[in-house]
Amino acid sequence: MLGLKNYLAGGLNLLEDTIAAISTPLGEGGIGIVRLSGPAAFDIAKKIFRSKKKEWSAAEGHRLVYGHILDPAGQIVDEVLLGYMKAPHTYTREDIIEINCHGGIVPSKKILELVLSAGARLARPGEFSLRAFLNGRIDLAQAESIIDIIRARTETGLKLAVAQLNGSLSRKILELQDRLLGLLAQVEANIDFPEDDLEAATGQELLRTVGELLEQVEDLIRGAQAGKIYREGIRTIIIGRPNVGKSSLLNALLRENRAIVSDIPGTTRDIIEEMINIGGIPLKIIDTAGLHETENIIEKIGMEKTREMINRADLVLVVLDAGRELVAADLDIIGSVRDKKAVFLVNKDDLAEKKISVEELDVLAAGRPVLWVSAKEETGLDELEEKIFEMVMGGHLSGTDDALVTNTRHKQALEAAQRHLTDAVAELKKKVPVDVAAIDIRAAWEALGEITGNTVTEDLLDRIFADFCIGK
Amino acid sequence: MEYFAGKYDVLVVGAGHAGCEAGLASARMGCRTCVLTLNMDNVALMPCNPAVGGPAKGHLVREVDALGGEIGLNTDRHSIQMRLLNTAKGPAVHALRAQADKKSYQAGMKQVLERQPLLDLKQATVERLLVEKGKVCGAVTSTGARFEAEAVVLTTGTYLKGRIVIGDLSFPGGPNGQFPSVGLSDSLIDLGLRLGRFKTGTPARVDAGSIDFSRMIIQPGDDITHNFSFMSDIDHREQLPCWLTYTNEETHRVIRENLYRAPLYTGAIQSMGPRYCPSIETKVVRFSDKPAHQVFIEPEGRNTSEMYVQGMSTSLPEDVQLAMLRTLPGLEKVEIMRVGYAIEYDYLIPAQLTLWLAVKEIPGLFAAGQINGTSGYEEAAAQGIMAGINAALYVKGREPFTLTRADAYTGVMIDDLVTKELDEPYRMLTSRAEYRLLLRQDNADLRLTEKGYQIGLVTAERYKMFERKKTLVEEEKNRLERTMVPVSGEVKKVLEQMKSAALPQQGASLAGLLRRPEIGYEQLLQLPLEHPELPPEVREQVEIQIKYEGYIKKQQAQVERFRRMEEKKIPYDLDYSQAQGLSLEAREKMEQVRPVSIGQAARIAGVTPADISVLLIHLEQKRRRQTTRQD
Ligand SMILES: Nc1nc2c(ncn2[C@@H]2O[C@H](COP(=O)(O)OP(=O)(O)OP(=O)(O)O)[C@@H](O)[C@H]2O)c(=O)[nH]1
Ligand SMILES: [Mg+2]
Repeated sequence: MLGLKNYLAGGLNLLEDTIAAISTPLGEGGIGIVRLSGPAAFDIAKKIFRSKKKEWSAAEGHRLVYGHILDPAGQIVDEVLLGYMKAPHTYTREDIIEINCHGGIVPSKKILELVLSAGARLARPGEFSLRAFLNGRIDLAQAESIIDIIRARTETGLKLAVAQLNGSLSRKILELQDRLLGLLAQVEANIDFPEDDLEAATGQELLRTVGELLEQVEDLIRGAQAGKIYREGIRTIIIGRPNVGKSSLLNALLRENRAIVSDIPGTTRDIIEEMINIGGIPLKIIDTAGLHETENIIEKIGMEKTREMINRADLVLVVLDAGRELVAADLDIIGSVRDKKAVFLVNKDDLAEKKISVEELDVLAAGRPVLWVSAKEETGLDELEEKIFEMVMGGHLSGTDDALVTNTRHKQALEAAQRHLTDAVAELKKKVPVDVAAIDIRAAWEALGEITGNTVTEDLLDRIFADFCIGK
Repeated sequence: MEYFAGKYDVLVVGAGHAGCEAGLASARMGCRTCVLTLNMDNVALMPCNPAVGGPAKGHLVREVDALGGEIGLNTDRHSIQMRLLNTAKGPAVHALRAQADKKSYQAGMKQVLERQPLLDLKQATVERLLVEKGKVCGAVTSTGARFEAEAVVLTTGTYLKGRIVIGDLSFPGGPNGQFPSVGLSDSLIDLGLRLGRFKTGTPARVDAGSIDFSRMIIQPGDDITHNFSFMSDIDHREQLPCWLTYTNEETHRVIRENLYRAPLYTGAIQSMGPRYCPSIETKVVRFSDKPAHQVFIEPEGRNTSEMYVQGMSTSLPEDVQLAMLRTLPGLEKVEIMRVGYAIEYDYLIPAQLTLWLAVKEIPGLFAAGQINGTSGYEEAAAQGIMAGINAALYVKGREPFTLTRADAYTGVMIDDLVTKELDEPYRMLTSRAEYRLLLRQDNADLRLTEKGYQIGLVTAERYKMFERKKTLVEEEKNRLERTMVPVSGEVKKVLEQMKSAALPQQGASLAGLLRRPEIGYEQLLQLPLEHPELPPEVREQVEIQIKYEGYIKKQQAQVERFRRMEEKKIPYDLDYSQAQGLSLEAREKMEQVRPVSIGQAARIAGVTPADISVLLIHLEQKRRRQTTRQD
């Protein structure tokens, strides 16, 4: 993956950290296992796990203990079975903790975040197997398959990370990193070129800017995609021309008659929002008024609102009518979701006479999925749900859940940045020299570099020479 | 006609700042050493500005000194001005900068070489290296003299295929009107080495008699007398001032109107120049909204009228140089004594070197200084001493001596050089050092003198001084931690005067007070207690170590982790093509760099964590196969 230099320079250790990951396939109702391996596994578990058995970790060997996972506020997160295995008789030959939690992604995810804040590091692709091998647990014959795992996971992971870089969270992280770098460049340019007449940042100014950036980081952590998804659901908007069957689709997905359906175009006037659950992932599904050319002021306002909703949506379901040819209004609609994650649904699959041009649609979909459904007969809906699940999970339903992991990685990096900036603020308040505070600012930048894969020295120098006229 | 001219342990080719340190280190470690210079009058020449030190560079000077080198001592002896820069910032980036008397600096260094036992200094132009059975065994000069040696250190600076460019004029040449060295460049290529090409430049030197200093701002040295060397005891120095003036719209107009004659813009110069040392034409073009650029006028010595025009490095034609200089306040009637020029030269792509500056493919051959793509006297000196040390160790059949990124700026520099790809001449900067708070200029001796002593370069005298300082520092730190300041009216008053809070009921230790931002070691002395008489460098050390303890510990913890990665060694001759699963890019890069550790491998651009994991697996596979074979 990205950012190894920062990863090492930042003091993270490839083999001696305690690593954590969600290690079972995730699915609705399934049991999720959060697994930890490394010297601090037991200590970390003790911080978040409560059981009636006081000395639950005293016994030798392997045990399963019943108890609860608590968050820092003392709130119960989940009821779990905690398995602990003492080194060396474990898969990695290190101390291992396995937390078996109930109910899908949400609690597993939350528990993973808790162990990360308690000192574990998110495992890299194939890292459990890597350790098992390096510690002599796996024999030579299997080395090749481990390399395959590392390579394959890293490739998909990389694709995901890149895909996520287009997301708004990543964009914000990049912006933040850019501001941090600008700040650092100013401080560092002054240190390395004290005789050039550059504007110097005083401790006070630095304190103000760092404080501001810290707030931004904290905002980002609060709004980090992963968290938001589980609070608010994935914003999924249904759009299409009037009468293509949008409201019917909503009802079919909800399995109740929530929206009014009629054969009169323009039935839906207002936006309807409902929550549904697909494989444990909450979806906020939004039905809209059909989009078409109109002179009607009220309709116009409604459509304007729909366009705005499209921009804010995480996923767009574009509904088309199988019984009609594609017309200008359809093309407009498709054009408006050019940059969005979208699924194209050809509705009314039950009709005998299909007029829509499959070839044309395939081109317009630009690689995004095209599915045939019938809201009326409720066919094709399972495929749709699967597709949505897949898209959210990054297309990998087995093994570790990469999309979420990538998000967790973002969050972990943000939290590390938060720690360093908090340090910087505290030290600046104590009036440490700017070059010393710069060490923390730099560490914050490097933490974010874990996501973007940049190395600090080169970028910093580029920035110094781009921003300042330096030199004798 | 070739003839046998002598047999040495170590032959050093070039007597610039790298060559001098290399030769001295080798001879001081007991090796018969010969230093060859193109021109006997140009030993330790400063072809660019007459200054030593500054941020990061000053750190390097201190490090060379702490290892037993000469640049610090010689600068102290021949300085005409010193200033401590960055004093408003933390101790880690305090930086000493000296103006040197160029001629006297050279004469002084030359004499040190001349008087050094086991060292011969000779004028000669090396034409080619002698290599037998893959190992270096000497060099032949243009006059046919064959010097035999077990190790050769190349410190040829910017002379390799040097080409001077002044406006539309261009001719082969070394810096400062010297001849270039052409044959050697080809000889290196014949040996299979890869060369790159860089460019650098220098401004005109002008006549002090033609300058109106009343129109400039005076820049005096510090009142306090500083020294680079931990050994120097110079406590007074006559200082000469520098002068500050600025370019203006008129200057920029002259430059812009003549850009069509500027080699950098006509394409006559193609190679990369350093971004930190742009020519004035580059500055005017790139920062066109900046109304004025500062220009320092610096004396080149006590016995010369030549002044260096810092900030006006250029390769514009001679007539334009004069016209633009005359637009500056104070320079209206200026006369140029030497014209500014740009120089292009070959350098040895440093990825071909080991961390101890040996050429990987040719045992016995070492390289240091500008030939390795760096710039600066200090960078050269630091590599010079490392190459000299390692040439001597090689001759003695001892383990190489390396410094890591956590030991010294020198370590950062060499690691960067051999691990990363250069796209401009490399200059040392504090921002390149990850563990800046540990690598301070004030503690270079504490970091390196012990090491220098162990390899046999640091003298007994220096080592004794160092041990004494170390003991004093430790004792004083202990005393400060132990001594409790009692709560009393008098103490209260003193603290009030310092605008520092009153003591807590149980009192506080002296160290505790020293940790307060408003209190320094000096202030502690005002407290009504007994205080030991201590040298200033000990007080400084104690203050820094106590005040920055938190950060120092934080960085030490990072260094711990860094070291663990550096300790995971990779065999030099590892067959990377056997490591299945490595990306093609990672494989090629690693084959080139041949990293010595997992840590270094991870620093190579293009090597990903997955590559590192795969490499770890491969090393483990190899290890297990070997152990089964032995069973
Ligand atoms: N044959 C068939 N008819 C369908 C299907 N889905 C919806 N319809 C019919 O299409 C008509 C329009 O359905 P709605 O769901 O109201 O369409 P809409 O897209 O919400 O329309 P507006 O709200 O007016 O924009 C109704 O008569 C539905 O019964 C389907 O899958 N097959
Ligand atoms: Mg509707």
